[in-house]
Amino acid sequence: MSEFAVVEAAPPIEVFQLSRDCQADTHPQKINLGVGAYRTPEGKPWILPVVKKAEAQLAKDIDAETINHEYLPVLGLDSFASAATSMVLGKDSPALKEERAFGVQSLSGTGALRNGAEFLFRQLKRTVFYFSDPTWGNHGLIFKNAGFTDARKYRYWNKDTCGFNFEGMIEDLQNAPEGAVIILHACAHNPTGVDPSQEQWGKIADVMQEKKLFPFFDCAYQGFASGDLDQDAWAVRFFVERGFEMFCSQSFSKNFGLYNERAGNLTVVVKDKSLIENMKSQITLIVRAMYSNPPAHGGRIVDLVLKDEQLFKEWCECIKVMSSRIIEMRQGLRERLEKLNTPGQWNHITEQIGMFSFTGLTPEMCQFLLKEKHVYLLKNGRISMCGVTPSNLDYLA
Amino acid sequence: MATCWSKMNKSSSILKRSSLLGQSIPWQPIKMGAPLSARASSWWSGVEMGPPDPILGVSEAFKKDTNPLKMNLGVGAYRDDQGKPFVLPSVREAERIIAQKGLNKEYAPIGGEPEFGRLSANLAFGQGNEIVSSGRNVSVQTISGTGALRVGATYLAKWFPGNKTVYLPRPSWGNHTPIFKQSGMNVDGYRYYDPTTCGFDFNGAMEDISRIPEKSVIMLHACAHNPTGVDPKDEQWKEMSQLVKKRNLFAFFDMAYQGFASGDVDRDAFAVRQFLEDGHNICLSQSYAKNMGLYGERVGAFTVVCKDKEEAARVNSQIKILIRPMYSNPPVNGSRIVSEILTNTALNKQWLEDVKGMADRIITMRQELKDGLANEGSSKNWEHIVDQIGMFCFTGMTPEQVEKITTEFSVYMTKDGRISVAGISSSNVGYLAKAMHAVTK
Repeated sequence: MSEFAVVEAAPPIEVFQLSRDCQADTHPQKINLGVGAYRTPEGKPWILPVVKKAEAQLAKDIDAETINHEYLPVLGLDSFASAATSMVLGKDSPALKEERAFGVQSLSGTGALRNGAEFLFRQLKRTVFYFSDPTWGNHGLIFKNAGFTDARKYRYWNKDTCGFNFEGMIEDLQNAPEGAVIILHACAHNPTGVDPSQEQWGKIADVMQEKKLFPFFDCAYQGFASGDLDQDAWAVRFFVERGFEMFCSQSFSKNFGLYNERAGNLTVVVKDKSLIENMKSQITLIVRAMYSNPPAHGGRIVDLVLKDEQLFKEWCECIKVMSSRIIEMRQGLRERLEKLNTPGQWNHITEQIGMFSFTGLTPEMCQFLLKEKHVYLLKNGRISMCGVTPSNLDYLA
Repeated sequence: MATCWSKMNKSSSILKRSSLLGQSIPWQPIKMGAPLSARASSWWSGVEMGPPDPILGVSEAFKKDTNPLKMNLGVGAYRDDQGKPFVLPSVREAERIIAQKGLNKEYAPIGGEPEFGRLSANLAFGQGNEIVSSGRNVSVQTISGTGALRVGATYLAKWFPGNKTVYLPRPSWGNHTPIFKQSGMNVDGYRYYDPTTCGFDFNGAMEDISRIPEKSVIMLHACAHNPTGVDPKDEQWKEMSQLVKKRNLFAFFDMAYQGFASGDVDRDAFAVRQFLEDGHNICLSQSYAKNMGLYGERVGAFTVVCKDKEEAARVNSQIKILIRPMYSNPPVNGSRIVSEILTNTALNKQWLEDVKGMADRIITMRQELKDGLANEGSSKNWEHIVDQIGMFCFTGMTPEQVEKITTEFSVYMTKDGRISVAGISSSNVGYLAKAMHAVTK
């Protein structure tokens, strides 16, 4: 009798099941609008040219023995962490000038969220956290597995307007208990693509300050959303200006196309820099018991590019390529839908930003698209704009 | 009768401490001065300074030392005979081949590529083993050995139907304890190291194991025990296997040094394979950090041997659910290298030579250190230096002697008297012998 006879089969994770189903589908016009990974106009994965250059350089460095495969420090490559932190906060950030911000190289965005959540639970004994309704499916799981016991939602998506339910969010935050951790999407909200305006961010900050709520930004798309690093980091920097202590998880999966190298950073901003050593020592214990130290390759690539003026410029061009292709596809889709006199309003397609669009389609409509039209999207109506190409735009519309 | 010299008796209390190395040692919080208003309004004022890592502390002190003869025998990473980090030729070649392939950077599956899992299980269990061919193993890629242990510990904490306590050998790798504790498992121990012989306390181990409550988890180091370097003999492993079976304990193997210990990957997997032969459905954590020198790439694997394919499917689905909120999916740079090496016949051959080369150098250094001590005129019994295996050696030196060897000779090691043999080279082994003799005579 096996020990593990009691183990139940877990439900498959929707987004990966979708990919599998789409792969298996033989229909010539099938479209995969599930997983959030960038695709070229030909529908292929894209390795950024600047990443190829960086890897070639690293290969030379290994030959020259200037780098090797030794362990990184527990908190990661210091050079990478400070470059990443600087990238999101802006190099002129008061937090940086006052030396009260630091970074922890993490296993992409997921790992950064987990590191931060573990620290908040273990060290600050936080148990309440809020995520937007809807949000990325893994947010709740990460925090729960880190120890948080009280998961709450704040209203976010208004399905009648296909837009942002600002009043709902403010009301829910007003009712949040002191010390609650609030997961905020820095830009290109996943899954809706709807971001607050600057004015609305101002009000959100007001409430959070008044109610003493802790901001935990998830920044997975800096540069990828608008094509402009500073613009996409505006909300994070605004909160720093407002004097908040906060965490920000950063992913380099999308903006560097480094999905499988797990390059990420947890940026920490504090009021009192004398506490940083203590904090680092505690985060060290958390990391050590989870994975000891982070994988070097992805971090080295990002570090190389962010530090080199020429490579950095090339990278900025790459993110413009990706973000503008997506914006183009949004325009193309909206035009065609309106031309076809498709019932309903479709302005949200171009008003939303980033990789994803909440179409407003119902689960029944999504099922129809899936079964009858071989268009694969999540049942909440989320489509990945990356899956849209010039050649399938017409079919999709 | 081979005995370790008498001073070792004092160190048993140190060993207790060394097994606590991974736990939070009570520490005085260092509250530095800061403007009262800033501190009062910060969330973090209550965060205490965590205990410093004893191993990293050694490296830091070593760096600051200006003595040209200094030796770092702290961290467990292989060094060549010039004292430099070693990138294996097979790894370098694999990297070149992979670069030509132009592979993409799309997300790996949550559990890594199935092929990587299969190759790892075959490496551990032997080519053509029944477990992999019948598909009753779950083998996922993890963030090196630490990640494999963490995934395993989390899985057991949630799904193990028995006593959620893991019994570690005394002493064990310092990080085992926090990994299991932070996953929600209890931690206890069984006797392992005999300070009077600097060897394996077989009788003590058997006695303690026979008293472990049924349906508990027992952790076993497959080879090259960390930190002592002391492994059971084949016959002892066989007896332990029978006892573990009799006590209905769940065996969790940690194999971080396959190939690296004896130079032979099959020899080093003896214990794991013996347990499988005896019918234990074990779980196993593997690391490629040492045997492929892929330390910073973080490549490892976690395997659960299940009753059958159907059970494996269920277990696999649950393990993925635990991985996703940790890091979603694993980094591929290192695992691609491993897969390339293990599938490419020529590279595989090269790798086996590379790993044997590392193991041989370490074995040679052990011999030279022992000879060196004899040449210095030491009357102590240093047999354990060559009896022990793998990267580490428990010298038997006391904390006072360790302190002395560090301050007077700039030889850095952990307080428990553990040295990393990988840090010894033919050019400094004489100096080390001289230093060790000076502080122990």
